[in-house]
Amino acid sequence: MSVVAVIRPDSWNFPLFLHVLGAMILVGGLLTGVAALATAKGSERLLRLGYWSLLAVSLPGWILMRIGAQWIATKEHWDDVPDDLIPAWLNIGFLIADIGGLVLLLSLILGGVGVYRMREGKGVGLLKATLVLSFIALAAYVVAVWAMAGKPD
Amino acid sequence: MPRVSFDDWMLALHVLAAFSYVAAVTLFWILIVAGRRIDTPEGTLRLGGVARVGNAAVGIGAVGTIVLGIWLAFSYGGYDIWDAWILIAIVLWFLAAGVGRRTGEVFLEGPKKAQELEAAGQTGPNAELLAINRTQRGVQLHVLSTIILLLILIDMIWKPWA
Repeated sequence: MSVVAVIRPDSWNFPLFLHVLGAMILVGGLLTGVAALATAKGSERLLRLGYWSLLAVSLPGWILMRIGAQWIATKEHWDDVPDDLIPAWLNIGFLIADIGGLVLLLSLILGGVGVYRMREGKGVGLLKATLVLSFIALAAYVVAVWAMAGKPD
Repeated sequence: MPRVSFDDWMLALHVLAAFSYVAAVTLFWILIVAGRRIDTPEGTLRLGGVARVGNAAVGIGAVGTIVLGIWLAFSYGGYDIWDAWILIAIVLWFLAAGVGRRTGEVFLEGPKKAQELEAAGQTGPNAELLAINRTQRGVQLHVLSTIILLLILIDMIWKPWA
């Protein structure tokens, strides 16, 4: 694998950079969102901070990560490889990226309604659901990073 | 169960540590932006829980990247510790650690002031606290930290002179 890394064509580097940077921003937003929502203890400021971390940081990070992923996959011609020859690490990465994106989207929808309800004084139950979903997404992306870097056979 | 070699485990943990480091820097950016509107001791101290998560992530990230990175430089086939891109990364890591420590000291002024105000029974908005929470010096240092970490990421991907 180290040999592959050394001889990676230069033209692959920028898409890879975008992919990794987007993933790091995504994880940073999720980490902040989870930390703020988990430590809020009813503080509206922290609950809003948690939600906006997911919306304004994690979501753009996910988009950047996913665009970079598709770009580098296309450059590496993975689209032309039969499904049964696709390596496990790539399948794990794409699966978690997409399912994690859906979980993030669901957490944003629930969180958006939750912030609205909180403003109306109707409780913060939906923001607790947002915390659980964003924690699941964060844990899933840790597994994805492990798979993309460790490249299991 | 997928098979992963020991060196690939180390590489995966090294990359996860890098994610932890950059995630913490992202977290602190969010706190910096949020802190600019906070002028009460209670509001300032409320951010402490999130900041502690960031501190833990920085610690894991900083130690994990350098220790596992040096391990990999010696262990991984095709790489050597004296490779230019690895030496550049090590120098940048020490720069990031130094700037990060200074940044943390500057941003601790806000919570310190908030604690003083609370101890003095002043719980309302305070202009001096707001000014401390809006520290330009802290923002400049965090910009520098962010640039250094971006340079490390670029160095890791492009591997100049490899």
